[in-house]
Amino acid sequence: MSAISELSTLKRRKGPMTAAEKKANGRDNKAAYIFLLPWLVGLVAITVGPMLMSLYLSFTDYNLLQPPEWVGLDNFIRMFADARLHNSLGVTFTYVFVGVPLQLGVALLIALVLDKGLRGLPFYRSVFYLPSLLGGSVAVAILWKQIFGTTGLVNQALAMFGIQGPGWISDPSTALGSIVLLHVWTFGAPMIIFLAGLRQIPVMYYEAAKVDGASTLQQFWRITLPMLSPIIFFNLVLQIIGSFQSFTQAFIVSGGNGGPSDSTMFFTLYLYQKGFGQFDMGYASAMAWFLLVIIGVFTAINFIAAKYWVFYDD
Amino acid sequence: MTTKLETLPAPDKKTAGAGKPTNHRKPAKRRESRGTLAFSRAARTKALIKHGILILAGGLMIYPLLWMVVSSLRANELIFREPGLWLNSLEMSNYTDGWSALTHPFGHYMLNSAIVVIGSILGNLISCSMAAYAFARLQFTGKKLFFGIMLLTIMLPFHVVIVPQYILFSQIGWVNTFWPLIVPKLLATDAFFVFLMVQFIRGIPKDLDEAARIDGAGHPRIFLRVILPLMVPALATTTIFTFIWTWNDFFGALIYLTDPDMFTVPVALRAFVDSQSATSWGSLFAMSIVSLLPVFLVFLFGQRFLIKGIATTGIK
Repeated sequence: MSAISELSTLKRRKGPMTAAEKKANGRDNKAAYIFLLPWLVGLVAITVGPMLMSLYLSFTDYNLLQPPEWVGLDNFIRMFADARLHNSLGVTFTYVFVGVPLQLGVALLIALVLDKGLRGLPFYRSVFYLPSLLGGSVAVAILWKQIFGTTGLVNQALAMFGIQGPGWISDPSTALGSIVLLHVWTFGAPMIIFLAGLRQIPVMYYEAAKVDGASTLQQFWRITLPMLSPIIFFNLVLQIIGSFQSFTQAFIVSGGNGGPSDSTMFFTLYLYQKGFGQFDMGYASAMAWFLLVIIGVFTAINFIAAKYWVFYDD
Repeated sequence: MTTKLETLPAPDKKTAGAGKPTNHRKPAKRRESRGTLAFSRAARTKALIKHGILILAGGLMIYPLLWMVVSSLRANELIFREPGLWLNSLEMSNYTDGWSALTHPFGHYMLNSAIVVIGSILGNLISCSMAAYAFARLQFTGKKLFFGIMLLTIMLPFHVVIVPQYILFSQIGWVNTFWPLIVPKLLATDAFFVFLMVQFIRGIPKDLDEAARIDGAGHPRIFLRVILPLMVPALATTTIFTFIWTWNDFFGALIYLTDPDMFTVPVALRAFVDSQSATSWGSLFAMSIVSLLPVFLVFLFGQRFLIKGIATTGIK
């Protein structure tokens, strides 16, 4: 069971404890906290503490040198008026809402082709999966920068057909597209989750549908999609959360400045520039909380919408 | 069960096999192959088309990587003229030039990365397995609350904590040391792995630890002698993913390691991009290949665990 479904069932398991459980409860407390000690220290010192601290900093002006100065809602008001921030939001939204559906679509398509008892599955699976392991690396971002460069691989290939390609990375209208493509290229991880999901659909459903004369397409819409919907949902939530945080590719491809003309200035890249370029830590913290709220809202929307389209078989 | 995602197969074969409808598929496949001649010919054509599409798609996926390998062995002026994969001569100078293009030989950065990777792996293995044992096997006050929090931290964007973490670590004087990259792992902040291990331990029959308890073993002994040896597959998955993520980690290294002596491979590569003009793509590609090699090797030998880990919890 996945972390996400675990989270949604957590509440359901509540109930009166049995006497035996109560007894066990007392017996294990000390041992449990000892085993949990590293995690608890991490939770307080590395996660919750810094979260509270960053909430506080978001209401201050802080440059690391002078002590933080309370400025109330100033940072958030600044965010309202900051055109570069609005642009970076647009860039990030485009990346997420184009890149994630495309990537999941390709992942599902390839998983469907791979699923039906095809020979050489392990080989294909490896080939499609490898890019998603390397995709987050600086090396691949460097490669991408060259592939879509003015004299890069793509334009060399186009030149063979007599087409003069644009400078994909240096043109504001195509730069983001090339990074979206890099994201789609790493579809291997969700593909493997889809494959695992497809394996769980009982074959008898398809056999029954065949007996009833259902076409392949009907089988896909009536059996595969509903049965796979929890997994599509799981992938969707994970990919959206992850994509909002993308950083390395945009940083390397744009040479760290989100160019050309801010067309690849991801929200996280702007946050990095504010915090670790200009040491405007208060503003960066406010941005971080804004990002958390955005991700939280989209995750919540996902969970609410899931009630209408995710089909559970229990 | 609310999803169809299976848990990692437990070491006990009986538990692992139960509830897996996968097995139904085999007889169906066999029957298909025993069909009439016309049917099998149609099926064969269909399979052939599928293989054609897959090989084409797979080739397209892998092409950029192969092209980078080939380009790293090409003379610089040819890289921008050759979209193909054929090589007329081997140019090893890209590798020797690239290796010594920065302040330190590239091996220095590989060593730095190795230190961070090993520290992170040890940290994750120790702290996550301990927390997982508590969550999977022990009853304690606040268990549900803590477990819920742990699951939530999986989804927490690290940007919310990065500024204060940076302030914290810089005040202890840890900037330009490896500690900010390793210590969080020692404190089980990669909750993915805690969850993965909890799932795995749940699949281990409880009779085993109960038997050990009757024999007088306490929790530390049950954990070390019974549970840990049985959860080797989960530990292997954790090791492999920690290796790849830490090796590739750019953001953390970018923030904390500003002294070239301390650079890990990703930041060194980035410094390479900045310091060289566009004429040295060959050596830049050569070092990129060198930097990808460890990940590729881990992929090659750890595939089984990678695939299982991904299919179970959705870690990348």
